[in-house]
Amino acid sequence: MTDAVAYPRFLLAGERALVVEFGETIDPAVNARVVALDAALARAGLDGVVETVPTYRSLMIHYDPARIALGALRCAVAVLIVQPAAVRAPRRWRVPVCYDPPFAEDLDEVAESLGLSTGEIIARQNAAVYRVYMYGFAPGYMFLGGLPPALNISRRPAPRPPVPPGSLLIAAGQALIASVAMPTGWHQIGRTPVNIFDVDRQPMVLAEIGDEIVFDRIDAARFVELSQSDAANASALQADGG
Amino acid sequence: MARTLRILGAGPGATIQDAGRIGYMRYGVTPAGPMDPAAFATVAAALENEPHAAAIEISVGGLSVDAEDEPLCVAFAGGVFDWRRNGEALPVAARIRLAPGETLTARAGAIGAWAYLGVVGGFETPLRLGSRSTHLRSQIGGFEGRMLGAGDALPCAAGALLTEAALDAPWLAASMAPFRVLPGPQDDYFAAEALDAFFGEVFTLTPRADRMAYAFSGPPIDHARGYNIVSDGVALGAIQIAGDRAPLILMADRQPTGGYPKLGHVIGADIGRLAQLRPGERCRFKAVSLDEALAAQAALQAQILTTAQRLQPLVRRATTEALLRANLIDGATDALAD
Repeated sequence: MTDAVAYPRFLLAGERALVVEFGETIDPAVNARVVALDAALARAGLDGVVETVPTYRSLMIHYDPARIALGALRCAVAVLIVQPAAVRAPRRWRVPVCYDPPFAEDLDEVAESLGLSTGEIIARQNAAVYRVYMYGFAPGYMFLGGLPPALNISRRPAPRPPVPPGSLLIAAGQALIASVAMPTGWHQIGRTPVNIFDVDRQPMVLAEIGDEIVFDRIDAARFVELSQSDAANASALQADGG
Repeated sequence: MARTLRILGAGPGATIQDAGRIGYMRYGVTPAGPMDPAAFATVAAALENEPHAAAIEISVGGLSVDAEDEPLCVAFAGGVFDWRRNGEALPVAARIRLAPGETLTARAGAIGAWAYLGVVGGFETPLRLGSRSTHLRSQIGGFEGRMLGAGDALPCAAGALLTEAALDAPWLAASMAPFRVLPGPQDDYFAAEALDAFFGEVFTLTPRADRMAYAFSGPPIDHARGYNIVSDGVALGAIQIAGDRAPLILMADRQPTGGYPKLGHVIGADIGRLAQLRPGERCRFKAVSLDEALAAQAALQAQILTTAQRLQPLVRRATTEALLRANLIDGATDALAD
């Protein structure tokens, strides 16, 4: 289809969810509009808006049609979209990652498939600045954009066995940090000992959508040290400049 | 003394569910909640409970319970399950007083996949992220984040012992009517012929059916623009068409985001009836407008709210053994004195 699509688009996802779509690609500018609308809706506190789910390129608004009609919701959203967004300065989070055995299960395979050494992959990882685009799929799964092009690798043809929590996964031009063990079609190249997601913590995720993530290489001894001490674990994930 | 319902035995898949976990999908947390919201709401209405009061969701694996020390007023509804108190058959949906020493059992019948057992005031398992719903994959909520099993003791709210009654809930009856679907948001990823096939042909529920999703087989649904989209939100009843070109309908335990095109959504008024399908059963889908979807939901909701006004006398369908025991030989039934 070559028809130009005018964004934002309002799309129905059943009679209880409205999708406000700002694009169809992974693009920081598109994602920023999603975040801005999400924040504006939270401030507006519209009766009948049950919850919102920001994704790469759209905002899903779950609403109760008995409390707010679709037309009224669309009008309210249209007004919020054209208002100037309150821009929150992104924070940069440093996440320690171990790329050594046994914490990097697929790294050798990925290196072979990309024609790089494992050292080159780690160096590119350490230099990259990622953007948090969304949480989704499973509790606390953090989806990142900004994978260096040299590390672009396709998804697996079939899922691999579950990866442990904290796994750093790459595929299809994206990276993600897995928070709970799940089978995956992505490739596991390292693992962080820090809890990026904790149901019993307030807030349960630390990095917000739009924040930046950089990875600091740690060795296996440090991984074990951080995973054995709750205090060290809690202080290991830090935002630069508060 | 604490009111407690004890689990004597539970087939796989029995969990605590309330109306669902709201507000955490943005962190990837699944809402969970009942597979058949209409049956769940009917049980709540029969018990005069709040709409979100936690109940037990029972799968075709069945359930057996008793009241530990104090009598409990419980109600059940859902698929056509075989409910018995001390072996005596009960209606398919009813409200009863379960006295200590009595055993209540549910076994799946020929129709329906899920049933709900509630108690006056609800089960008081701990709230987790504001909800008592169990999400098994992430082990969040319910009873220790897991399926119920023999020996579990469920705390119950204090509440009145309402009279015993059969529930007359025709809105829960199985029906061959097509499942109504609101198209979108990615119906433009499919050619007109593909949409015609989806809305014109017969589909069969495969054995790949659980709380997360129901996979159907039928004529292939071809994509016009490929099947990879950049992930977006996933709502209840989403009809996702992946690379296998077959409909996968996302249910209560769906992930909050996904990367396959969604042709449409089964409307809220029909999602419970869809959940009650068993593998091998066949169905059709029919496109409807937003107004039709909203009217259907409002009509269903209005019917559910009549539950407490439609109570019928609980008629004891006596078994041969009970007849012999009671020495009743002049009638097959006996109105329960209450």
